[in-house]
Amino acid sequence: MKIKSVSTGVWTVVAIAVAVVWAFPVYWMFNSSFLPNAVLQSTTPTFLPFGGSFDNFKNVFADGKFVAALGISLTVTLTTVAVALFVAFLGALAISRFKFKGRKSFILAMLLIQMLPAEGMFIAQYKMMSSVGLLNNVLGLTLLYTAAVIPFTIWMLRGFVAGVPAELEEAGMVDGLSRTQAFMRITFPLLAPGLVASGVYAFLQAWNEFTVALVVMTEDQMKTLPLWLRGFVQASATRETDWGLVMAASMMVAVPVIIFFMIVQSKMSSGLVGGAVKG
Amino acid sequence: MPSHAPAPPAQQPPQVESASTATPPPVVKKRKSKAPIFLIAPTLIILIAALGYPVGWQIVTSFQKFGLKQQFGAPPEFVGFDNYTALLTDPNFWVILGRSLLFCLLAAGITVLIGFLFAILMKRVGTVARLILQVSMLLAWAMPVVAAMTVWVWLVDWRRGVLNWLLTRFGFDAEGHNWLAEPLTFFAIALIIVVWMSVPFVALSIYAGLTQISEEVLEAAAMDGATGIQRIRYIVMPLIAPVLSIVLLLQLIWDLRVFTQIKLLQDAGGVANETNLLGTYIYQMGVGSGDFGAASAVSILMLIITIAISWYYVRSLMKEEN
Repeated sequence: MKIKSVSTGVWTVVAIAVAVVWAFPVYWMFNSSFLPNAVLQSTTPTFLPFGGSFDNFKNVFADGKFVAALGISLTVTLTTVAVALFVAFLGALAISRFKFKGRKSFILAMLLIQMLPAEGMFIAQYKMMSSVGLLNNVLGLTLLYTAAVIPFTIWMLRGFVAGVPAELEEAGMVDGLSRTQAFMRITFPLLAPGLVASGVYAFLQAWNEFTVALVVMTEDQMKTLPLWLRGFVQASATRETDWGLVMAASMMVAVPVIIFFMIVQSKMSSGLVGGAVKG
Repeated sequence: MPSHAPAPPAQQPPQVESASTATPPPVVKKRKSKAPIFLIAPTLIILIAALGYPVGWQIVTSFQKFGLKQQFGAPPEFVGFDNYTALLTDPNFWVILGRSLLFCLLAAGITVLIGFLFAILMKRVGTVARLILQVSMLLAWAMPVVAAMTVWVWLVDWRRGVLNWLLTRFGFDAEGHNWLAEPLTFFAIALIIVVWMSVPFVALSIYAGLTQISEEVLEAAAMDGATGIQRIRYIVMPLIAPVLSIVLLLQLIWDLRVFTQIKLLQDAGGVANETNLLGTYIYQMGVGSGDFGAASAVSILMLIITIAISWYYVRSLMKEEN
């Protein structure tokens, strides 16, 4: 089959070309972040970071606001993940282990809510937060984020809970465990991968969120990482944008997320295609 | 859009055991119990506090005159459908709505088309090339949106961006051209960025669907003389139609809400009044000019459009659920 192998060769070249084009923006961030502004000022781009340094990263850290924003992002995100996982887990149990009046409406509501765009609600959320004094407040943002990720988390966990047959639990109960014991010793350990996958999903959602944060975190010292990065770019643009510095700042926001994402992606994608939401 | 409402929750159909599912269906407790109410209570409380209340406020406010005066304590005045009439008779609103829908359709259509082609490509090439392509897709997918936008603004920078350098090298007169200054090229750039961000999810989902198609069927078709295009058209397409329709729907919903991308491109030099889509329009009206009545009315319209698009998807998921 000589003809076939020749055309496979052509397609391989096409595939690699596509891969290079698609990854190029990410590479460009990496490349520019190591280069000094003097090099980036040149009209001919420098395609490899030879002679680069970590100076840009040091200068971003020296700004000080990065660490503050990191602290706020970590607080909001970790609280969101913990609360959302706990609450959504209870909800997932209810819909996959019990039959009750309103179950179908509840599922329908969860599916519809996860479709609602933040842009269609943020004005009202802003008004609400300002009237109860929770603008520029970590608690307020956490509440909004938790509500935003719960519907999807319930939907994702529901699949995992349903995947553990209730017969296993019942068998445990026949052997003398109480209902709670049977659940904690048999079902819960089997759900761990599902909890991790859903938790990571909630983490990425909250960590990368920009729209709602922009509206309710208006003060400079209350910025989350995405808002900080935007502010950093704007501040740099008032002089003449130091792209090396800005790319180093982007790297510091993006690299942890990319590593995290790569590790869990295979576990997440099944949930995503099974009726889920990315952003 | 199907207009009939879903069956009322009280009429639960009897549990039908589906023989085809590998995992056993959830065993539903027969006895009446208060437990599920306690289990869903925390969810309901949080959702009502953070989403239900604001949306309710928004519906009420969309029927009120709620501007700067009300911001400073004057009681809002009930004006009926005035906000909606004002919007629907404002040509500017129709321009923004039309622009948003056009952008959404174009971005979703192009994304699904490219994603489909990439998925076929992944299937066609060897393991090494496929892995390289997959890793590249994952890198683009994993980029946080604000970081991705920052890089793209650098790529299209009018003075020293790679885009202009590349175009100049290919003989175009692109040196010093500011793509973000003109609305048309502004949206072209936004479209490229949104498609770049969205293709990985679509390509990998469709590829996952393609791997489910048995090789034997394709080989049999090839032996019967079906060409590559014919095999795609008559065997692959019908089999992955469900995946295609789901990713297209999700893409439509997501591309209607491209707030972050547009906002950050406006930061980088787009003229806000000429480049607004629904999201940035609401933001400008509400947070910018404090006209909460009108902003609420647009928000409600945006929610209705989203629900209309999602309805089919949600219904199909509900069918699976039973």
